[in-house]
Amino acid sequence: MNAPAYNFAYLDEQTKRMIRRAILKAIAIPGYQVPFASREMPMPYGWGTGGVQVTAAILGPQDVLKVIDQGSDDTTNAISIRKFFAKTAGVATTTATDEATVIQTRHRIPETALNENQVLVYQVPIPEPLRFLEPRETETRRMHALAEYGLMHVKLYEDIARFGHIATAYAYPVKVNARYVMDPSPTPKFDNPKMDNCPALQLFGAGREKRIYAIPPYTQVVSLDFEDHPFEPYRFNAPCALCGAENSYLDEIVTDDKGGRMFVCSDTDYCEGRQAAGHHGSLSAAPYKEKAGSHG
Amino acid sequence: MVDQDMADLDTLENDQPLLVAESLSKSFGRIAACRDVSFALYPGEVLAIVGESGSGKSTLLQMLSGQLAPSAGQVSYRMRDGVTRDLTTLGEAERRFLFRTDWGYVHQDPAQGLRMAVSAGANVGERLMAVGWDHYGRIRDTASDWLTRVEIDVARIDDAPRTYSGGMRQRLQIARNLVTGPRLVFMDEPTGGLDVSVQARLLDLLRSLVAELHLAVIIVTHDLAVARLLSHRVMVMKGGRVIETGLTDQVLDDPREPYTQLLVSSILPP
Amino acid sequence: MYVAVKGGERAIENAHRLLANARRGDQSVPEVTLDQISEQLGLAVDRVMSEGSLYDRELVALAIKQARGDLIEAIFLVRAFRATLPRFGASEPVDTGAMRVQRRVSSTFKDIPGGQILGPTFDYTHRLLDPSLAEGFVPEAPATAEASTAATPRVTDILGRDGLIESSPQAEDGAGVGDLTREPLNFPADRDLRLQNLARGDEGFLLAMGYSTQRGYGRNHPFAGEIRFGEVEVEFLAEEVGFAVPLGSIELTECQMVNQFKGSATEAPCFTRGYGLAFGQSERKTMSMALVDRALRARELGEEALAPAQDEEFVLSHSDNVQATGFVEHLKLPHYVDFQSELGLLRKLRQEFAEANAEPMKEAAE
Repeated sequence: MNAPAYNFAYLDEQTKRMIRRAILKAIAIPGYQVPFASREMPMPYGWGTGGVQVTAAILGPQDVLKVIDQGSDDTTNAISIRKFFAKTAGVATTTATDEATVIQTRHRIPETALNENQVLVYQVPIPEPLRFLEPRETETRRMHALAEYGLMHVKLYEDIARFGHIATAYAYPVKVNARYVMDPSPTPKFDNPKMDNCPALQLFGAGREKRIYAIPPYTQVVSLDFEDHPFEPYRFNAPCALCGAENSYLDEIVTDDKGGRMFVCSDTDYCEGRQAAGHHGSLSAAPYKEKAGSHG
Repeated sequence: MVDQDMADLDTLENDQPLLVAESLSKSFGRIAACRDVSFALYPGEVLAIVGESGSGKSTLLQMLSGQLAPSAGQVSYRMRDGVTRDLTTLGEAERRFLFRTDWGYVHQDPAQGLRMAVSAGANVGERLMAVGWDHYGRIRDTASDWLTRVEIDVARIDDAPRTYSGGMRQRLQIARNLVTGPRLVFMDEPTGGLDVSVQARLLDLLRSLVAELHLAVIIVTHDLAVARLLSHRVMVMKGGRVIETGLTDQVLDDPREPYTQLLVSSILPP
Repeated sequence: MYVAVKGGERAIENAHRLLANARRGDQSVPEVTLDQISEQLGLAVDRVMSEGSLYDRELVALAIKQARGDLIEAIFLVRAFRATLPRFGASEPVDTGAMRVQRRVSSTFKDIPGGQILGPTFDYTHRLLDPSLAEGFVPEAPATAEASTAATPRVTDILGRDGLIESSPQAEDGAGVGDLTREPLNFPADRDLRLQNLARGDEGFLLAMGYSTQRGYGRNHPFAGEIRFGEVEVEFLAEEVGFAVPLGSIELTECQMVNQFKGSATEAPCFTRGYGLAFGQSERKTMSMALVDRALRARELGEEALAPAQDEEFVLSHSDNVQATGFVEHLKLPHYVDFQSELGLLRKLRQEFAEANAEPMKEAAE
């Protein structure tokens, strides 16, 4: 029987070259979806094969890799992908955002600000922001080519007419470099402002749909809205119960079956870092400290 | 039927034809659907193309609106910048832009010219949003304004046309087309499929809008009454050819061709 | 006091161990061998080879064993492995006309040169569960005869000789063969990529699509011109030696559908075609594939394309079961961050709704 021998980071060099070519094209045309020949990967389509292919194509032996899902390093799929690269590339891995050179993420942007030496790789399920308004690929391709985005605004108009607000909570569409409308992947709209003028390179991989797109560093990224209904990032009503952070995205944890709830940072590295530095929330595991204006 | 507002506009603009068709022909295999049609259309002029089904009038409309390439001949249109262009030389982007701004197209079945699942306000506002309007309040106000002009109750602005009657849908389609101030509107049997009383109301509305907005219109219809009410000029088609053309009142009051006489005589008296 | 959830890595390791045990099952029961799977569950192997796009019975039997009998999981394993294999190039076109047929039937003619050969088929068996197969069954030796030297020309070639059926579209000279696994699919799709997509497509999906055309959703009046199953030679043009080198033989099933005739102003009417091809004995697959192939040619043949099976983007985008299951099953992954955003929005809208509806109630109370 043929026993397979794997290349560094699993993909063969020719495939990496093909993906890098797609990445370069994507960087040259910010926000434009570049078709690429997605390979069969050892994890299912829909579980991060696009992100994994992008990461595999850019990873070098000196890189330090962080993988998160829902903001946490410890969720099952993040672990699975991190182990995959540890096994096939032997690169160093980390949970600390500021130590990583490549960060692969699903559905969140880290709270810690990124720098110019970092690449953020997003896992994308449906790359086409217009897909649910227009199911045909032939038509959406044309709309992007001709910058015909009226339909996108129709959707926003409808939301305001019906709900009084734009009713998109995540995967909130943005305009990149004042030209292409892009889907930022299912990150909560809370994270949208982080994409604008970001010092790090942002790459987006959709394996099943076979598209790669990119936002080069320091590129303008604007969330779509109306002049009289401007984009508002989502605000939580309480700080993190563990570290007290007031500006981070919070997970809601159901604590009992009587409706008890608490809110903790979704970004586990950020939260642990703050706790290590002495910050505490109302329900942290550290000894109770009197805190002015606590929301206990 | 002469539009008195014509005198108010720049005479040079009105002296130049807006659309010119030269020897337009179209064949499908061995079937010649349309043969050697030529005419010039001026700003603010309404031209009716009448004929029975199979006369070639729909094929002609498709060619005039750039949706079908002619087998022979050409269509030229004077763009907003004053330059006259052969329609076949327009790139796809230009053609789509033209269709959304300077042209209107009213389908016989309003469902084809509307987004049925989207509110009336969004239907009217879409073209504005497509050319960059991004103030919700202003878009909504403009849409409300147009709904009033086409005699739709403004309270229905958030309803989808799925909930509208046939006549209302047609009026909404008209509003959707006129919101960007087009200079030329194509209409394909706009009153077809509507009740007689609803038709009359729609025709009245069209007549006043066309006059008020100085629209050039090419309207295809099998109904001579529609032609008489709306158009300055009429072209009668039979078997793919134009067999008679002239001022509407003249042709309908004193038809020369036997076929035209037949058509005119078959209009039931009101 | 709340302690953040940790230990995902351990959980995964334990899950893998549990799976390995579940896969093996009761250890007092003998392990199933790859030979047993390949020999006695041969049609499962055929299907996984076709949809996995890899002809290797032993490997595929391993995949089926590893997948605990879940064929789509097995197809996934096979495809992932295939992606790592080096590519030498493309074989010469396989000559199915020269097939050593084990089974060959045509519904368009009563008799054909070479004869109607039933071969090993479930057709005409009575679907009665047979307990004697439970254990120790020894089948009767099959009937034998002198090997026939009669040629078995394809029925579509016979029709084609008289110009009664459209000729198969030929590629331009020197044009390469597209490779669906190496280039993304574009619409409208070229014939080679379309057929590759259907060949790899899920049998159930294509079956349903084909069935829908028969029930009127894009009917194209099919007749089974020919279905043949047997061995064909695979040859590779070795540039160093300058001639085609035989690599071995594989079993294929081929189906040619003869569909409703078409003509135009410049061409006399003739029958049209639908084509299906698969590894091993896969009749349901090849027949469904041929029906769908023909349906997808609707626009090319000037027909109105209104039915789902005629919608190229719909069919070709959803035929891949590995992609489909990946995305459907990805819903098991955590989505709580996005759910949190939706909860926030919903709560806000509900609050506004309550406030908006509170006023009239107050007035009523006064």
